Amino acid sequence: MSAQTVDLLSFEETLEKYDPALGLEVHVELSTLTKMFCGCPTEFGAEPNTQVCPTCLGLPGAMPVVNRKAVEGAIRIGLALNCQIADWCRFARKNYFYPDMPKNFQTSQYDEPIAFEGWMDVALEGEDGEPETFRVVIERAHMEEDTGKTLHVGGATGRIHGADYSLVDYNRAGIPLIEIVTKPIRGAGERAPEVAKAYVAQLRELIVALGVSDARMDQGSIRADVNLSLAPRGSNVLGTRTETKNVNSLRSVERAVRYEMRRHAAVLSSGGSILQETRHWHEDTGITTSGREKSDAEDYRYFPEPDLVPVAPSREWVEELRGTLPENPTQKRARLQAEWGFSDLEMRDTVGAGALLLIERTVAAGTAPQAARKWWLGEMARRANETGTEIDALGVTPEQVAAVQALVDAGTLNDKLARQVFDGLLAGEGTPDEIVAARGLAIVSDEGALSAAVDHAIAANPDVADKIRDGKVAAAGALIGAVMKEMRGQADAARVRELILEKLA
Amino acid sequence: MPEITRDEVAHLATLARIDLSDAELDHLAPQLSVILDSVASISEVASADVPPTSHPLPLTNVFREDVVVPGLTAEQALAGAPESEQQRFSVPRILGDEQ
Repeated sequence: MSAQTVDLLSFEETLEKYDPALGLEVHVELSTLTKMFCGCPTEFGAEPNTQVCPTCLGLPGAMPVVNRKAVEGAIRIGLALNCQIADWCRFARKNYFYPDMPKNFQTSQYDEPIAFEGWMDVALEGEDGEPETFRVVIERAHMEEDTGKTLHVGGATGRIHGADYSLVDYNRAGIPLIEIVTKPIRGAGERAPEVAKAYVAQLRELIVALGVSDARMDQGSIRADVNLSLAPRGSNVLGTRTETKNVNSLRSVERAVRYEMRRHAAVLSSGGSILQETRHWHEDTGITTSGREKSDAEDYRYFPEPDLVPVAPSREWVEELRGTLPENPTQKRARLQAEWGFSDLEMRDTVGAGALLLIERTVAAGTAPQAARKWWLGEMARRANETGTEIDALGVTPEQVAAVQALVDAGTLNDKLARQVFDGLLAGEGTPDEIVAARGLAIVSDEGALSAAVDHAIAANPDVADKIRDGKVAAAGALIGAVMKEMRGQADAARVRELILEKLA
Repeated sequence: MPEITRDEVAHLATLARIDLSDAELDHLAPQLSVILDSVASISEVASADVPPTSHPLPLTNVFREDVVVPGLTAEQALAGAPESEQQRFSVPRILGDEQ
């Protein structure tokens, strides 16, 4: 694909001229053991085409049968989003020609979704720092199946454009998906990018709490499509929308909304018109590019799936499932904040960083809440940022963080050494204890060695030593630094300070 | 009675990735109209007390439990594929040059 230079209006000017309307479609891959319509396993990362059968390969004569657990998952998601649950609904065939579905149709739901008319109150930071909520209205949540994975061969970029041919793995084809669709979100104004991100983050948190999916954005088990249009400011007319796909991190949701707002504004304000189309988000460059035009492809010729009978959940079943819903996320946040003694600011940063559940698990594994917060929002957030991933995808578990902090609490490690243990964890060098042993990281508690290092530092810095003797205790920092350097960081700084002050008293 | 136009048949052919010549369109469009007419005659028989249905049996909630059932090996799955590579189905270029 050729590099495109696209004019963008500044975000400020965009908002002066236009009101954004957002629509979010989030696909959640359920973590059932088997697929939606057949008994094939759903494990991530299996060898290509080893989790397939005649049904999910669309071979003639194969008959689908609905996975009860997947229907339960769909109903529970619907209930958690305050939706109505259909008394009776059907699956439908969505016909299209693209080799990611070997049947040439995707089994989905059309005008009879299992869940509809719900809402979610999204927590935002208010102008004055006070928490504020924005209600996102949910249009529907419906059941469907995931598609296969295509690999494009040839061409310069490995993308579909310019490829010579494509290779398809159908392991993912047929995995249960729940598609959650919002009504157009209007009135968010300058906060549209923030609302989009906060909605997906909170939805993801809800999905995790429900235990229906891994909700790993990096592995594609939760994926967001961003619909965006602009209306001239103050008018009530919805503009032409674009649908941006492949938005696979929370940060990208925010960036993609902002980018499309500015791009639409540039096109519209120069007298152009927006093409209704699918666009692809590019994480690396932070831009969207045109995909296939939608006009023709929209003709999916939906019709009721004749191979499946309707799903008619009894009210008893629905109520039974309602009884299994986890604590409401808003209430849960309030409870945890009280239990942990976090300030509003600390809590907001925690939620914003997607660290709430990680800290909850770390605390459950025995770490003090503030220490857990410090690791996840400091060290882990920094590392995630450097590698462009989410903190829960780093590869460090809450239990490991708790184990490292336990070593700090026991005086075996200081924070600096603990960071090296995290290096080791990320490099797959074993458990924290094994890494401490293998890398020789433990704090030296040998008083003789420490005392000698302090003597060296005093001898090497006579001016500093004199200042301390004269009562300028603050000067001790320079000597502590010298000692820590000689000890290669493996000393308890507080003990070093004590020794220095004793010797120079 | 529903009638299908030549343009509609051409559109359907495009959606179905079937390349039809002008002569074939001229030939097929009237034939499809006849078929639609025949199917539509069912609605003459169906009275108000016969609800529309998408399934011949009055069943609901036919489910399977979430239990893994052995499927095909990759070799079996790919046995019928005209071409395969890297244990995957090989398919022709998806987007044409006009894209």
